Amino acid sequence: MNQTVPTAQPSKSTNTKHMKPFVSPLRKHTWMLHLMVLPAVVFTFIFAYIPMSGILMAFQHYKPKHGLFGSEWVGLEHFRYMLQNDYFLQIVGNTLFFAVIKMVLNLVVPFVFALLLNEVRKSIIKRSIQTLVYLPHFLSWVVLAGILMDMLSQTGIVNQFLTWLLGIKPIFFFGEGNWFRGVVIVSDVWKEFGFSTIVFLAALAGVNPSLYEAAEVDGANRWRQTLHITIPALMPILIVVGTLALGGVLNANFDQIFNMYNSLVYDKADIIDTFVYREGLLSGQFSFATAVGLLKSFISLILIVISYLLAYRFANYRIF
Amino acid sequence: MYHKTTGYRIFSACNHLFLITLSILCILPLVHLMAVSFSGPAPANAGLITFWPKDFTIEAYQKTFDNPNFLNSTWISVQRTVLGTALSMTVTTCAAYALSKEKVLGGRNVYMWYFIFTMLFSGGIIPGYMLITKLGLINTLWALILPGLVGVYNIILMLNFFRNIPRELEEAAVIDGTNHFQTFLRVYLPISMPSIATITLFIIVGHWNAYFDGLIYMREVEKLPLATLLQTIVVQTDFSNMDPETVKKLSQRTVKSAQIFISLIPILAIYPFLQKYFVHGIVLGAVKE
Repeated sequence: MNQTVPTAQPSKSTNTKHMKPFVSPLRKHTWMLHLMVLPAVVFTFIFAYIPMSGILMAFQHYKPKHGLFGSEWVGLEHFRYMLQNDYFLQIVGNTLFFAVIKMVLNLVVPFVFALLLNEVRKSIIKRSIQTLVYLPHFLSWVVLAGILMDMLSQTGIVNQFLTWLLGIKPIFFFGEGNWFRGVVIVSDVWKEFGFSTIVFLAALAGVNPSLYEAAEVDGANRWRQTLHITIPALMPILIVVGTLALGGVLNANFDQIFNMYNSLVYDKADIIDTFVYREGLLSGQFSFATAVGLLKSFISLILIVISYLLAYRFANYRIF
Repeated sequence: MYHKTTGYRIFSACNHLFLITLSILCILPLVHLMAVSFSGPAPANAGLITFWPKDFTIEAYQKTFDNPNFLNSTWISVQRTVLGTALSMTVTTCAAYALSKEKVLGGRNVYMWYFIFTMLFSGGIIPGYMLITKLGLINTLWALILPGLVGVYNIILMLNFFRNIPRELEEAAVIDGTNHFQTFLRVYLPISMPSIATITLFIIVGHWNAYFDGLIYMREVEKLPLATLLQTIVVQTDFSNMDPETVKKLSQRTVKSAQIFISLIPILAIYPFLQKYFVHGIVLGAVKE
């Protein structure tokens, strides 16, 4: 570092003429690198690429005893049946309903929460709050469904509280379609809002303090500083998080719905993924369920590609 | 100074109150769960418990541990978590190291797209299920470990971290005559502990909480991991393959709560230690350049 530039970085052309170029051993043994990726390549091939061949079932009347190559081909019959099926259109509607509302709330709530948390100056209070709000992210939907079913039951703590406070009759949260939708959305936001603030808090920490000092001199109060400095500074990351979430618009969270729903609320809460599970693995309609899953994956693929292109275009985001 | 004004002080007080209330709301369900699990069955079934146990007893925990299925499933979960995390981390860090050598590794972009494509598109659960059946992995621990072994997102997180390691460190190692394996083991791994801890935490939590693979790949109650066992007891209330006496014990409100609470202990135990790491790790993966 202390040497002068010419000796530290000799240009390649003059160097190679006079002496044997130094080739780093790390450039020579590249077979070692290929060997290091190999396990990941092999496992990905077996458990991700081989199952992709299974999508052929979507164009067949698949019978396990005939196998993938002996079953009867039916072309697009399953897809035609799907699009004429009223129930299918309903579950697509349910999926979009949950996904869109969750997407918006899971963007807005953490954003506002991060802004508010940024105003807390005592770092011990700030860190305690963070510890508590990040926690629900690590709980599984099995556990949360168990807790919620208990708390929201007819004799559960929530209904007891509501009866005491408002004098109303117990609400059948898990049996009444619209209440159930509310429970699904609120519990999802409750579980994830804290964890989603991490990215915003990081961006907040990166805002140049001199901007605030300048605003202070100009006599801007905190609200104006937030409006004209903080929020614009967070825009790029908000755009990235928002556009990347677009790709998941057909994912309404299988784990959550699967663990919380029951046949009473199918009409309001059944989503594409839970439908595929019941049709395919429980009723054995392998081909039809695969067709539904394939259509979903295909549309998701297009949405993901679009969202990454948007994120790249507007926020210069690259995945790797 | 804005924070000296009366307006800001009022805002600040309300803000603190709001944030603290909200963060307490995040753990209140867990407090309630714990209170129910330590209460007597009578007040619990009558719904008299709020956030403190009534008729304190550890009976629910005794009943839980009397059930051989519960201990057995806990052991299966421990095995899958330890073995699965160790294998996953080995494969992930090795691949990430190689892929971080952009200029040296030939065909790096081919590898990258090969992995990324699996994030974008998948065969779905039914072909996956059939593959596991064909491979004869049904009812084995491997069915819970192998399908999720390679986490592409984790590879990307890790390789972005590796790329930011100063070149001088590597050059120093090279002058000492090390090859790739040695550089990886002696230089890269030791200084990457924060991000390794982050990813390890995610994989551990993922394994411990995974229930769906157990549900579809395991056909006997003796083979179920804890999360799946809980799913059948607490959520599905499917007791078809247990004897009626056990069912009566397990379906009590207090016992259900105790079982859920026990399953949470490992998560609650590692959470505080790794918190500082995961915040760092997430930020690294999400905000870069």
